Amino acid sequence: MISIKEVSKTFGKLKVLDRVSLELLRGKSYALVGPNGSGKTTLIKSILGMVIPSSGDILFDDSSIKNDWRYREKIGYMPQIGHYPENMTIGQIIDMMKHIRKNVTQFDESLIEEFKLYKMYDKRMHTLSGGTRQKVSAALAFLFNPPALILDEPTAGLDPVSVELLKNKIREEKSNGKLIIVSSHILSDLDELATHLLYLFEGQVHFNSSISSLKKETGEAKLGKAVATMIGQKQLIESLKK
Amino acid sequence: MTRIIKYIFSDILRTKFIILYTALLFVSSIAMFQIDSDPSKVVMSLLNIVLMVIPLISIVFTTIHFYNSYEFIELMLAQPIDRKVIFLGEYLAVVSSLCISFLAGCGIPVLIHGGGAAAFTLLFCGVILTMVFVSMAFLASVLTRDKAKAIGIALLFWFYFSLIYDGFLLWFVYAFADYPLEKITLTLIALNPVDLARVIMLLQLDISALMGYTGAFYKDFFGSQFGIAISTCVLCLWTLVPFITALRIFSKKDL
Repeated sequence: MISIKEVSKTFGKLKVLDRVSLELLRGKSYALVGPNGSGKTTLIKSILGMVIPSSGDILFDDSSIKNDWRYREKIGYMPQIGHYPENMTIGQIIDMMKHIRKNVTQFDESLIEEFKLYKMYDKRMHTLSGGTRQKVSAALAFLFNPPALILDEPTAGLDPVSVELLKNKIREEKSNGKLIIVSSHILSDLDELATHLLYLFEGQVHFNSSISSLKKETGEAKLGKAVATMIGQKQLIESLKK
Repeated sequence: MTRIIKYIFSDILRTKFIILYTALLFVSSIAMFQIDSDPSKVVMSLLNIVLMVIPLISIVFTTIHFYNSYEFIELMLAQPIDRKVIFLGEYLAVVSSLCISFLAGCGIPVLIHGGGAAAFTLLFCGVILTMVFVSMAFLASVLTRDKAKAIGIALLFWFYFSLIYDGFLLWFVYAFADYPLEKITLTLIALNPVDLARVIMLLQLDISALMGYTGAFYKDFFGSQFGIAISTCVLCLWTLVPFITALRIFSKKDL
């Protein structure tokens, strides 16, 4: 569904993405993992066309996203930190989004209901707490029933009840056969949500395979430990090479 | 597109700055009509406001607005909308709100006191200068990521076109007074939108001789109507070139 071909991105002298090539398929869910500053958000923003790659190409449903914007109809995006116009109310923002995607008639408002955002429709964005903003972001990402969902640290800043609600929603969409990309530092969350692991380190994909095979290789039952073991092994191999 | 413009528009109105701007223009225009009974003299005084205040307010307000609506732009970019549409929507919303407040603030007093053709030229100059300086502000905003730097660049534009350039022109004419400078001076005037607006106004008021021999030559060279038409065309270029440059940079910018 999304294929990333040899994508590199440099900000000044800093190389954030280094010839990243990936195939992301419909019906699978990917966990995007890596240390801070490894290029996760840049990769996500490149897929959305917010960051323009220095070289390489990204294909969405086999057509390049360069100079195209219509493909974004098929993506629901939940940003790491939701920036919203401070003077607008939640209701206005949801209303505006609906008008932008006019061709969608079936709205998925389950998250708006579960997070009880209806009660706060008249609140302006600048009065909201970080967690409530995250709820708005999540509700907007799922609102239009898009075939692809990109969630950048979706559970950060949410209370435990809301985290469970959101995770249930993601699981539900996963079983509906959507492409889901989740980036997070909370590996126990990803263990339940994702089937594949993408490990990004210094702008390169160091690991790309299914979580079950990773667990089998490392002999660990939990994703967190499996990843730690995998990184340990990699570092060992690196030091041996030197 | 219209919906985006509508949202930005209502956001601008909510900042109350635009209402303050309208009130300021309104009060100063009314006051000038009270002080002086001759409408053409008042138009001359208003001209100075138009030439100094409007570029300054337009360029600073637009730059601040652009950075304040960064969140809005970021939100829109993740949606299925063309980047160019977002940018054009921002531009149209800012230009129309500034023009409306100028026309309300200056236009209503002028209409009440009956300024005639000169007053309409004044309003026209104000509108076109707003467009030029909003374009420049957009260019300043996309050139850098830093708000303070962008406001600095915007102020530099204003200083350059309102003060520095005139000083340079004066020095130039003075230093090369022994040479025939008419055509060169004409070209140099076209390189400054504020001067162009002033020339349009002076040609309209038929007092171009006040501008010294350049003004007289300008009138002699073009004649009033043709001179105004040419200056207007050059001012349109002054709007389009910075805007298109800014649009190009914006469509390749990382956000």
